[in-house]
Amino acid sequence: MAKIIVVTSGKGGVGKTTSAAAIATGLALRGNKTVVIDFDVGLRNLDLVMGCERRVVYDLINVIQGEAGLNQALIRDKRTENLHILPASQTRDKEALTAEGVEKVLDTLSREYDFIVCDSPAGIEHGAQLAMYFADEAIVVTNPEVSSVRDSDRILGLLASKTRRAERSEPPVREHLLITRYDPSRVTSGDMLTLEDVREILAINLVGLIPESEAVLRASNQGVPVVHDMDSDAGQAYADTVSRLLGEDVPLRFHEYQKKGLLSRMFGGGRR
Amino acid sequence: MKLLEFLKRERKKSASVAKERLQIIVAHQRGERDQPDYMPMLQQELLEVIRRYVQVDQDAININLDSDNDCSILELNVTLPRDEQGRPG
Ligand SMILES: Nc1ncnc2c1ncn2[C@@H]1O[C@H](COP(=O)(O)OP(=O)(O)OP(=O)(O)O)[C@@H](O)[C@H]1O
Ligand SMILES: [Mg+2]
Repeated sequence: MAKIIVVTSGKGGVGKTTSAAAIATGLALRGNKTVVIDFDVGLRNLDLVMGCERRVVYDLINVIQGEAGLNQALIRDKRTENLHILPASQTRDKEALTAEGVEKVLDTLSREYDFIVCDSPAGIEHGAQLAMYFADEAIVVTNPEVSSVRDSDRILGLLASKTRRAERSEPPVREHLLITRYDPSRVTSGDMLTLEDVREILAINLVGLIPESEAVLRASNQGVPVVHDMDSDAGQAYADTVSRLLGEDVPLRFHEYQKKGLLSRMFGGGRR
Repeated sequence: MKLLEFLKRERKKSASVAKERLQIIVAHQRGERDQPDYMPMLQQELLEVIRRYVQVDQDAININLDSDNDCSILELNVTLPRDEQGRPG
């Protein structure tokens, strides 16, 4: 039985796809059979971040509608063993995504994999609700900013009421807070919510803190999930996040402002 | 003197304003989360009934549902405007 993890946020553009790609890759690098599914029908992005856009033939909707088998749609990751990608449809409309169809796909995958990571679309409508419906755990991606935190709280409300676990009165979906695009220098100057602020307001367990990082854009330019770039702060922060998801106790990094010394300013070293 | 005061009274940092606003927003959202689905409709219809008799604002009415183990209490608070003599209008 696989563990189903949804990466969700409510607000758009906060780093769900970046995080789903990095975390799924990180889980696979640690030896877990992992599949990452794009639920963003009509606006697929995961294939680009994973660098497999030219190998997409069939997608999730094709599978649900019986136009292709699951094995025809799954893409094997080129770099990482144990990792597959199930892309979303670029052309079909969102209504083709049915709960019964998704359940069947997840049930089948569940027999083969250790982890199923679902990359949710933004919003709180059909697609986002379906992405979270079957989840065992949820990673709530939040930027330290007012509208993102408010939307994350809305999502927590949905996780507690609109999921299969909630409807069946099973143990609730395990919620994890992932703060992304954190900028310690702006926190120090008092213009960005601190991680303690966000944690206190949302009152859920912090699973990771990803700094604002140039490495993320570099990674998405190349179609290589940032967790492969272990020289970068964001790559290390995602690797730490994966360790915590696997139950390890890892100290937090990259949350303190490091004033650049003269030498690193001259030679451009230090934080990358 | 003025300068000293100015230096002492540091500008309120925008992040702490954000935090205060969020605490209020989230408390409000969580209050709504636990209430039954019919509450917004009930509040709207109650408001309409009251308005047949007294002109009150949308925010003059406040309804709350408290649940104990064995019973629930629906609490309704309406702030009535006063007329010129100071009697409830
Ligand atoms: N830690 C980070 N540092 C810098 N840029 C980042 C970081 N995380 C994400 N970004 C950038 O933010 C943008 C949005 O990221 P991403 O596509 O992962 O968000 P999303 O939540 O999946 O968006 P959508 O809601 O549209 O699906 C991208 O350009 C990405 O490169
Ligand atoms: Mg996305």
